[in-house]
Amino acid sequence: MAFAAFATTEAQPQTTRRKSPIALFLLLPGILYLVLFFLTPLISLILTSLQAPSEFGDIGVYDYAFNWQNYVTVIQDYWPHILRSFGYALLATVFALLFSYPIAYFIGVKARRRPLLQSLLLVLVIAPFFISFLLRTLAWKQILSDESLIITSLKALSLLAPDAYFAGTPFAVVFGLTYNFIPFMTLPLYTTLERLDTRYLEAGSDLYANSFTVFRKVTIPLSMPGIVAGTLLTFIPAAGDYVNASRDFLGGPDTQMMGNVIEANFLVLLNYPAAAALSIILMAAILVLVGVYVKRSGTEDLL
Amino acid sequence: MSGEVQAAAVLGGLTESEELEDRRGPQRPRRRRIGLGDWLLPVYVVLAFIFLLIPIAYTFVFSFNDSLKSNIAWRGFTFDKWLNVCNVEGGAVCEAFGNSIVIGLVSTVVATTLGTMIAIALVRYRFRARSAISLLLFLPMATPEVVLGAGLAAQFLAVGVPKDMLTIILAHTMFCISFVVVTVKARVASLDPALEEAGRDLYGSPREVFWRITFPLLTPGIMAAALLSFALSFDDFIITNFNSGSVTTFPKYIYISASRGIPAEANVIASAVFLVALAIVVIAQVSRAARAKRLAAQMG
Amino acid sequence: MSIREFAESGADLELVGIQKRFPGFTAIEELDLTIPAGSFFALLGPSGCGKTTTLRLVAGLEEPTAGRILIGGKDVTDTKAHQRPVNTVFQSYALFPHMSIIDNVAFGLKRRRIGDAQTKAHEALKLVELDHLAQRRPAQLSGGQQQRVALARAIVNRPALLLLDEPLGALDLKLRRQMQLELKTIQEEVGLTFLHVTHDQEEAMTMADTVAVMNKGAIEQMGAPEELYELPRTAFVANFLGKSNLFTGDVVGTTESAMTVDAGGHRITVATARSQRHRGLVTVGVRPEKVTLHAEQPDEVADRNLLGPGRVIDVSFAGVSTEYIVAVPGVGTMSVFAQNMTFGPVAHEGSEVWLSWDVEHGFGLSDEPDESSRFPADADTQSIAVQRREALITELEGS
Repeated sequence: MAFAAFATTEAQPQTTRRKSPIALFLLLPGILYLVLFFLTPLISLILTSLQAPSEFGDIGVYDYAFNWQNYVTVIQDYWPHILRSFGYALLATVFALLFSYPIAYFIGVKARRRPLLQSLLLVLVIAPFFISFLLRTLAWKQILSDESLIITSLKALSLLAPDAYFAGTPFAVVFGLTYNFIPFMTLPLYTTLERLDTRYLEAGSDLYANSFTVFRKVTIPLSMPGIVAGTLLTFIPAAGDYVNASRDFLGGPDTQMMGNVIEANFLVLLNYPAAAALSIILMAAILVLVGVYVKRSGTEDLL
Repeated sequence: MSGEVQAAAVLGGLTESEELEDRRGPQRPRRRRIGLGDWLLPVYVVLAFIFLLIPIAYTFVFSFNDSLKSNIAWRGFTFDKWLNVCNVEGGAVCEAFGNSIVIGLVSTVVATTLGTMIAIALVRYRFRARSAISLLLFLPMATPEVVLGAGLAAQFLAVGVPKDMLTIILAHTMFCISFVVVTVKARVASLDPALEEAGRDLYGSPREVFWRITFPLLTPGIMAAALLSFALSFDDFIITNFNSGSVTTFPKYIYISASRGIPAEANVIASAVFLVALAIVVIAQVSRAARAKRLAAQMG
Repeated sequence: MSIREFAESGADLELVGIQKRFPGFTAIEELDLTIPAGSFFALLGPSGCGKTTTLRLVAGLEEPTAGRILIGGKDVTDTKAHQRPVNTVFQSYALFPHMSIIDNVAFGLKRRRIGDAQTKAHEALKLVELDHLAQRRPAQLSGGQQQRVALARAIVNRPALLLLDEPLGALDLKLRRQMQLELKTIQEEVGLTFLHVTHDQEEAMTMADTVAVMNKGAIEQMGAPEELYELPRTAFVANFLGKSNLFTGDVVGTTESAMTVDAGGHRITVATARSQRHRGLVTVGVRPEKVTLHAEQPDEVADRNLLGPGRVIDVSFAGVSTEYIVAVPGVGTMSVFAQNMTFGPVAHEGSEVWLSWDVEHGFGLSDEPDESSRFPADADTQSIAVQRREALITELEGS
């Protein structure tokens, strides 16, 4: 998600820009592709979300209609999932931010004079990307399972109540979401912190601010673009995720998120209109939240 | 720069941080006084990295597990799984892995080509509907995967296209294009227009200037975009799940097997992929650092 | 001339009625210019005056809105950059970072399918004394070396016309001097026509045989450097090319050889032949180094202007010379450069001085003097301070 990247070049005028038929030739194939495989599917999704069950009552067969009742039904049926999705995603975003900021600060500011160390730490940040997302999540499932070495030894040492468990809890789901999206948070934070001019920090302490005040009043505001980009990059995929919350992974019956019900309705129950309506709700909610968030944080130019 | 783009840059070993040198303040002699913050932060960072790497280590260790069908409890060390990766479930893991590679390669080639063309057009040309096009490129990245997957699936259903390898490739190409555009666009924008002008001035025809100047200079950006595309495609599960029909990719195989237990062979493949990717990136980074050092030495 | 063969010598460049508009502004109003073959021509002007646009038009990197461009008598207006017998040394050098030095230099030759490109490229590199670095990449060279490679890459093609876009701008003073000398030598050896664009008046004057001063998209004055300096025709030239003391007043008397101007009660005489206007309100001036500083009131001498008494308000030592700023009631402040022939300044801040200069050294400008005279009649300290401040501001903005 290119919240920042889309802005960087838009700001500086390019002197070489000119009108030419070549532009059309360059743009047309890709744009056509996106219209065909992104835009029309979205429209398809809206149309599907308004479909009514077939007159003949076959399962998985629907007729085009304007059955907006579908939206009412899914909200009535799935409001806990909707709330859960955004709640879990919000928590995961906050935890990922708290976890990542010091790392990004260390790599971007403290390790600045050692380029090799900096590069290798960055490699370590994205290392989890190199191993399957699903296997990472499964590994946590096994590490957090009741029989695992860590849990049993924690219990043996009485550091954990004997009846405590993690598997299938909201904690495990939020934990998994946080873990999986940490690189998405760390990298944009790193990018802005890496460009932070340390002379501003020196100016801050020169002007009688202690290191905490410098951090709060100088470092944080200057890294705002990274914070906004990182939180969006974490929040959006986390809200739509259904692997972590799935019963076979870190979730349980009471942790199902919107993604899970969309998947179930679409692929198992073949209730396409319900899945489509939920998808539209998810997307609309995210767009509204992102819009409000970006406006409030004063970083519109990032979009 | 976005997370993925940054990741792409790291993947390609191409983070060009040297040029930022003077903007970031002069080099300071290290403070002698060692305060709380001086060791607290490094200690935290070390612990955080250990935490980040736990599941990777777990996956790697359990690729040597002498397990039976499922790979949960430790049953002793063996190399068998590494030596006979495909000898399980009639080679289902390897077939899924092969599918993922093919899908990744094809989507990468298509997405990189289309995305690079758009990126060049966006930076270099003026045209109408510019903001509409920017929005069209931005939205796929701001849309949750489950919506992208469901949308395409709804579309294929409406049109009556059967789901197979082709539908997966179409889907993967779609979500990769925007990431390619962002990655390559940054590179195009940082390209000094005077270089191409010099090419024209030195008797290069438009075609020669493109292939001898522009394209080679964009190559690092295009390579990074391609690596990113491949990584996104290879690891994608959610969109694939909606559009794959009976075709199994590597992530989908893991998802399906999760309820009955993942064979250790899946860990072998994931670990091997991890090691190869890590080797590529580390070599790229180290050679870049060496190159920078050599350059600095020659400049005196 | 085909681009497949070398130019035998430099060619004339003619710009006829050139106009260039960009969306939102006009870079060049109307430009007519002829540069004879074999000359070293400098276009001098502040940033935004249209000089770089002119150069890009000649190179074919921009198309003129109106007008024709002729090289060696041949109309090239509709010819693309790669088909023109013109090469450019870019301001940023624009060396291809992905090619070795030798490949950079041979690039143009190869595009033109000229045989033996490698040998010719090596010869060009020898000319700029960089052949030993032929296999390196541009990033491994210092700024001065890169500049020489850029030069070699251009002259190896033997263009009829070589364009230089502030190529010395990025170099430090010492390297600049060295490169200036080198460029001059190469021009004399190779005999090309050089068109040099710069905002540095010293660079233009030391290198070019003809300088055209550009301002706001038009040429203000053109001529040999000495001519421009000694006899500026407009206030812009008088101040862009070195410094000038300017006085505005009515012409109060004219003889065959000289005219006298009343500037704030002081009579200043200028040779008629050195003045552009001879009636009404005119601006006349003199260069600061032509003015002599006197500690005591000198005797009136024929053919010599005398002003004073004034008060020294600032003394700044600049090594070879010292600049004195003198406030003269009625005309405001004047600048005087005095060679440092003795230790220490000849006058101190606050001391009373008289100023004199030869009538032959003055010049009269063609400008319509501004409504508000540059020097208010009442030269009290406050108005001087305001003037100084404004002058400083414009100086800072100009740099």
